[in-house]
Amino acid sequence: MANFPFELVSPEKLIYSGSVSEVVVPGTEGEFGILAGHSPFVSTLKPGVLTIRGDGATKKLFVRGGFAEANPQGLTVLAEIAIPLEEIRPERLAQMIKDAEEDVEDAKDEVTRAKRLVMLEALKSASAAIQADGHTAH
Amino acid sequence: MASLKDLRNRISSVKATQKITKAMQMVAAAKLRRAQTAAESARPYAQRMESVLGNIAAAISGGPDAPLLLTGTGKDDVHLLLVLTAERGLCGAFNSSIVRLARERAVSLMNQGKTVKIFCVGRKGHEALRRQFEKQIIEVVELRANKGVTFADAQAIAEKISAMYHAGEFDVATQFFSRFQSVISQVPTGQQLIPATFPEQAEPAAGAAAIYEYEPDEAEILADLLPRNLAVQIFKALLENGASEQGARMSAMDNATRNAGEMIKKQTLTYNRTRQAMITKELIEIISGAEAL
Repeated sequence: MANFPFELVSPEKLIYSGSVSEVVVPGTEGEFGILAGHSPFVSTLKPGVLTIRGDGATKKLFVRGGFAEANPQGLTVLAEIAIPLEEIRPERLAQMIKDAEEDVEDAKDEVTRAKRLVMLEALKSASAAIQADGHTAH
Repeated sequence: MASLKDLRNRISSVKATQKITKAMQMVAAAKLRRAQTAAESARPYAQRMESVLGNIAAAISGGPDAPLLLTGTGKDDVHLLLVLTAERGLCGAFNSSIVRLARERAVSLMNQGKTVKIFCVGRKGHEALRRQFEKQIIEVVELRANKGVTFADAQAIAEKISAMYHAGEFDVATQFFSRFQSVISQVPTGQQLIPATFPEQAEPAAGAAAIYEYEPDEAEILADLLPRNLAVQIFKALLENGASEQGARMSAMDNATRNAGEMIKKQTLTYNRTRQAMITKELIEIISGAEAL
């Protein structure tokens, strides 16, 4: 399979940079896989698991907040938080979910409430997926 | 004339000071390296953010549903000055040059009849500004407890600012920080945050000529990204500031160490002269006493 350059950047540092064959990105409107030579495309991210398939082992990272920009030259994902699944702790996820729940309750109008609810759901499903993944790995 | 004992005390106290400034210089040098790498590794994110936002903004600007953060409120009556300074002193003109820039801007805006509000980040800036602008300072954030600047700090500040903006508390926001050029040169800079500005792109990046597909649509992406961009810009400024602070402290402490060395040399010279003068005086006394017999 053809490879293409991929970069995962967080505000603090460049997390991943290299040649990969496929990346699955959790987009706001659903997950999408990017292969080499994708047409120009920009999407925002929802909290979820980003999967990198390269020549070596598959890498999975939890990402949150940001966007992905794909074009025929390659793919760039800008995420506010990006943690490899091996390093993420269940307490951290639980804390995030709790914060999101509080955000939903604090929302003043319907629109923000709905938005935050979507965020919370995405977080919950991501956390469930991560835990399931952890079980199969052990 | 100071006695020998006084001189000895003075020399040893200057030596102690020199040890401290030397240590501070070395600490600053080590921290500078870390701050510099942090500032450098944050650069790709800010750059990509800027280029993508610039692309989208160019496509959407002028549209009726362009978000407020991009277009501004259409007025410029109330200005918010975000003054980013250090938590500590002893770093040369670092804090005072940022404060001076902000103060000049504030005074010139007030002379034009605009309202000025000041948001201080960092204790030093607040201390320097509070005498003159007591009423204008609306918010103070201190980052003293934190070891390094994290993105979460910048995000918290950005959230406060955008909440104020949406509440209509100001029309234009500008941040003041020190851009890190090199160890010996830090440039105090003012950067407009709201309405957002993007550097003119000389030529569209490769692939930008092709039309991007947006998911969700441009307006929504823009609404999502602009607040993030605010946080990113503030984060970048905080990191630049961190590197500048350490650089300024390093050169200030280097100067201090050198001055202390000069002072020790001078004092030692005086000390030796006085000592020799005393010996000579004693000899003369003894000899003239012996002669008198």
